[in-house]
Amino acid sequence: MIWQLDLLILTLVVVCAVVVINLKDLLAATVIFGVYSFMMCLLWAEMGAVDVAFTEATVGAGVSTVLFIAAILRTTRRSKD
Amino acid sequence: MMDQRTESCDIIIRMTVRIMMPFIQLFGLYVIVHGHYSPGGGFQGGVILGAAYIMLSIAFGLKDSTRYLSEKANAVMGSIGPMIFVGVAIVCALVGGLFLDYSALDKIIPLGPIEWRSMGIFLVEVGVGLAVMNIMLSLYWDLASNGEMEEGL
Repeated sequence: MIWQLDLLILTLVVVCAVVVINLKDLLAATVIFGVYSFMMCLLWAEMGAVDVAFTEATVGAGVSTVLFIAAILRTTRRSKD
Repeated sequence: MMDQRTESCDIIIRMTVRIMMPFIQLFGLYVIVHGHYSPGGGFQGGVILGAAYIMLSIAFGLKDSTRYLSEKANAVMGSIGPMIFVGVAIVCALVGGLFLDYSALDKIIPLGPIEWRSMGIFLVEVGVGLAVMNIMLSLYWDLASNGEMEEGL
């Protein structure tokens, strides 16, 4: 484990999570959530849990982003609150 | 036919998907088959195979993509997956072992119990992969078309 790489990825994960919560545009939030999933995937792979990283990359970043976008297209794009 | 394709008539996207599709499916099969001695497995490989078909339905439109895998075939394959899983487990129990104890399958085809433990987990992962692929695809189909299978994203 390289602690500089760990720190960089962890910072990006936290930044992505805060941005996702604060965005009003749901489509942009979905895209940033995909970035968050990829960062988590990098973090798992860096910690040696390759199987979990694989699942995070396929399900978290791949399919769930598509399902979120499909759900957004059935609603309005900007959140009201 | 043309009015079906108005939402997906971009030739670049269609050709790209056409070229990428076999490689993604081959990678999904590789992940399923090598699941028991490298990272990956039935679930991840099934999601990759399902994502390949989801990409096909986004690029070609939902109606056109059901020519390659119809809704009925999807439901049948999604049901065969769990049946392979439970079938292997029940056959293990019937020939004298415990439920999901693959080494008991040695009594049907004598390969040796250690070899059968590897083969058994492979059979179960094929079942898991089939089930996950078709459930992912039908999740997307129903979410994108409001459950009516008329028009996709």
